[in-house]
Amino acid sequence: MNAVTTGITKRIGGWFAKPSEQAIAAEQAALRSDRFRLEREADWKRLDAILKRMEAGRTRALSDEDLLALPALYRTAASSLAIARETSLDAALVAYLEALTQRAWFLVYGPRASLWSWFRSFLGGGWSASVRGLGIDLLIALALMVAGTVVGWLLVASNPEWYYSLVPGGFADERVPGASREVLHGTLFGNENQDGMSVFAASLFSNNAQVSILCFALGFAFGLPTMLLLIHNTALLGALLWLYHGQGLLLDLVGWLSIHGTTELFAILLAGAAGIHVGRSMAFPGNLPVLDAAAEAGRRAAQVMTGVVLMLVIAALLEGFARQMVDATPSRLIVGGFMLVFWVGYFFAFRRNPR
Amino acid sequence: MALVLIMPFRRSKRSARPQGESGLRADSEKRRRMVISPEGVPIPFMLASSGARAAALFLDLAMIFGAMIGSTLILAWIADGVGLNFDDKDSPAGRAVQALIIVWIVALFLFRNAWFLFFELGPRGATPGKRICGIRVAARARGQNGGRLTTEAVIARNLVRDIELFMPLIFFISASVQGSNTDMAGWAGLGWFLIFVLFPFFNRDRLRCGDMIAGTWVVEAPKKKLEQALSVGEAARGRSTETGAQYRFNDDDLAVYGEYELQVLERVLRENRTDGMRDVTEAICRKIGWNAGAGDERAFLEAYYAQLRARLETGMRFGKRKADKHSGGA
Repeated sequence: MNAVTTGITKRIGGWFAKPSEQAIAAEQAALRSDRFRLEREADWKRLDAILKRMEAGRTRALSDEDLLALPALYRTAASSLAIARETSLDAALVAYLEALTQRAWFLVYGPRASLWSWFRSFLGGGWSASVRGLGIDLLIALALMVAGTVVGWLLVASNPEWYYSLVPGGFADERVPGASREVLHGTLFGNENQDGMSVFAASLFSNNAQVSILCFALGFAFGLPTMLLLIHNTALLGALLWLYHGQGLLLDLVGWLSIHGTTELFAILLAGAAGIHVGRSMAFPGNLPVLDAAAEAGRRAAQVMTGVVLMLVIAALLEGFARQMVDATPSRLIVGGFMLVFWVGYFFAFRRNPR
Repeated sequence: MALVLIMPFRRSKRSARPQGESGLRADSEKRRRMVISPEGVPIPFMLASSGARAAALFLDLAMIFGAMIGSTLILAWIADGVGLNFDDKDSPAGRAVQALIIVWIVALFLFRNAWFLFFELGPRGATPGKRICGIRVAARARGQNGGRLTTEAVIARNLVRDIELFMPLIFFISASVQGSNTDMAGWAGLGWFLIFVLFPFFNRDRLRCGDMIAGTWVVEAPKKKLEQALSVGEAARGRSTETGAQYRFNDDDLAVYGEYELQVLERVLRENRTDGMRDVTEAICRKIGWNAGAGDERAFLEAYYAQLRARLETGMRFGKRKADKHSGGA
């Protein structure tokens, strides 16, 4: 209301007040297009100054008036551009307005939120919404992981030689087919005094995060490499399960794995699903052009992937610390089960509208 | 340029220029995309050239590498300060070293993954390397309509960068660590690398894989100063400030040229080079049958520019446009 009245008084006042220098210059200009330019030049220059400060990252230094004026000034520049194209033959002016409008556009329609407020809306519903948005791809990834585990188990069960080709050398030190029960039991329990766990956790996280990013990024090749990667990694899991099953330690291994594995495998599941989502949307884009379909799926998948990195941080912490501190199978299963329930609840029961 | 206005078959040292320039213009035409803003105004976007993008990438990689080495050195220096001790893990110094190693791992991870992310989410939409090269990331237009660059899009395009750039390195390193065939891994890495590097050359909008998935493209960052208006000075009104001469052109004098020639004339005036202005003055005088004098070219050209523009703009308002000297109308 107030702004309106001041606007009106300004306008009425303008009829009687002494004409400004700008107005005089505009009167004197011979060409109509120059009069047009001189009347609006001040607005453009103001917009230019605001943009310059915002681009330098000094948005905070802007006054509230300038910030509020930005959208209006942007629209003024855009309409000036449209008019100038139709009425002015000053090429430099049109080029200037094009650049000015474009710069303003980038800021007015730029990334809407700061990184921090984006992160808040991400945690408060955006992440779980995009996880649910993956839809059927979650099921596909889950099916692939289960299939990979079963295949790994069956392969090793039919011929233990497979174990060596599935499990990379550095990983399985003493955990090989034919190892005694004591040795295997020793790998699961009694490590609470082990040192360097925090370093171990950090490097685990870095490594796992890189693998899951790979899992997602390979999705653009129609998802096929993602699927292979999922199967290959879970086949390793199947082989390990078979090995410990042979010595009656299956439940203990599951407990040992579950403490961080429910989080980590869930994260890998999401990364794989995100990759498949992108790949599938490119192979079957539906009514959209392929590139648009890919872009839409890619943005949703990127949000999921940010969450995956976060989950892997948690998984690495659990793996580095909690697994060594909790040294009994039932309590390990409880921790792992709790994490699983937590993630499932967060993703599928927590339905708040983001923003 | 000026040569368009004068005789096309004139022999001169600069006769090779129009050809080169038309090649340049064809290239920039090819990179130009008209995108309609939400307000309905078409705005031209210029796709970044491959050279600029490659240079930006190298600059960024160099900076990331420098930052990694720098942080490693700083951490090593700190570790040296607390008394480097990897053996005794329970002593306070040993624990401090462990904490430093964690910081180091996390810092390297962040440099590798968050560098591009952090800078491209800023108001400039460009990493330092991109900024130096004058390019930035923008949301790709859907059809004709411009979109909004979102945080997710920036994340997506940078996650994919990981497999485009760093995968071949990982191939190679893991092969050499495991002692398997590094030649093989090298070739595989090279092939992989080439596929992704050449990818932008095989689509119209020069998208790399990450751009494709994220719905973004890389464009030249607009930067233009507001030039002085040429048609508001004293000379533009026909009076030369130097000689006091009055230049008035009648309709026939002005009818010979169109908008294209007007813009060439504008460029000549903005460049303000004496010999260029003399050439153009002579050409115009020949064309309209005036006697070309000397010494007052700028005033003459400004007067001609202002009056030609007034005439063409009047025609424009009535919907009659004259594109160049060959077309009729106006």
